[in-house]
Amino acid sequence: MRFWLITLAVLALSIAHRAGAAEGIDPATDARAFREYFVRKFPNVKLDDFANGPYALNEDMRRQWEEKEQFPPYEFSLETGKELFGTPFANGKSYADCFPEQGIGIRQNYPQFDEKSGKVITLELALNLCREANGEKAISYTGDDMAALTAYMAFTSRGKPFDIKIPDDPRAREAYEDGKRYFYTRRGQLNFSCATCHVQNPGERLRAEVLAPALGILNAMPIYRSEWGNMGTISRRFITCNSQVRGVPLEAQSDEYRDLEYFLSYVSNGLPISGPGSRP
Amino acid sequence: MRNVSKALWSLVSLLSIGNAALAASSEADFRAAYAAADAAEHEAGRLRNQWIATEAALAEAKKAADNRDFDRAISAAKEAEALAKVSIFQATSEKAAWKHLEIH
Repeated sequence: MRFWLITLAVLALSIAHRAGAAEGIDPATDARAFREYFVRKFPNVKLDDFANGPYALNEDMRRQWEEKEQFPPYEFSLETGKELFGTPFANGKSYADCFPEQGIGIRQNYPQFDEKSGKVITLELALNLCREANGEKAISYTGDDMAALTAYMAFTSRGKPFDIKIPDDPRAREAYEDGKRYFYTRRGQLNFSCATCHVQNPGERLRAEVLAPALGILNAMPIYRSEWGNMGTISRRFITCNSQVRGVPLEAQSDEYRDLEYFLSYVSNGLPISGPGSRP
Repeated sequence: MRNVSKALWSLVSLLSIGNAALAASSEADFRAAYAAADAAEHEAGRLRNQWIATEAALAEAKKAADNRDFDRAISAAKEAEALAKVSIFQATSEKAAWKHLEIH
């Protein structure tokens, strides 16, 4: 009896602590300030155009990109993704059976907060959860198949505005806040945060690269990067960013990366999905 | 003459014993230096903030020790420990400092 009383007290304290920690978190105000910052910084860029990353900020790059879009480098991946998406699993079911609307035109709703697990579920993770639920092995989060599948799903959502929800749940607000903290935290030997490049220096060059603004930065994902010579997922992009600042990357789809994706997607709510994209 | 030769032999023996002791102490020193660096890097890992340079220095220390080049191994281990400690400092100070970068 005494054991159960103590356990209940500890549980109640833990819930109260979590609710208290989540109290001062105001994602809607954050998102407004985030948007206003970029609009003020780039007054000539139309809001929706932030979904096109560096092309919204650099006229020369934009012209090259518009020409490239006539025969986009992600086209093969898109075709592969469509084929993979439609191929049934061994049990006869397919990806479509795991998602609302049969998985078509829903990319703008991911990541989502899952109240059952208390965690953020990204689209990449949802695809692997779908595979595992149907007796298939998970695929690599940084590999070509995941990039192809998410490219196809993004394509079916093109033009639809990001619509990320943060439910009235202290765990969801905490996940958002953790993502925000990760975004602004300096790390790696270069002592850079994500914000160092994508808030303080968008439009500037880092060697040959023009840095993209953080607003709308995930709308074009996954992307074909000429530097990589193939398609890359959001997981791959986060891992590469951490390596570039000389930090040891975390594991793909770690809580930190999922929360970061939650934060970045939420603050870009209202901006259209433009993926799959291409970058130099 | 015989006494001089005896003294020389004693000196040589002393020097070789000294060298052996030095080599043994170098290996022990390496083990201590590596353990300190490894512990610091584990702490950086707990804070989710390891650096690529630290991992590289640890690997270099291990490789040099495998080749019994303990001077190099100790130097690399000490470098790894210093790097790991800076990464720990970074992670600890950023717990509050990240707020300064936030858009308001």
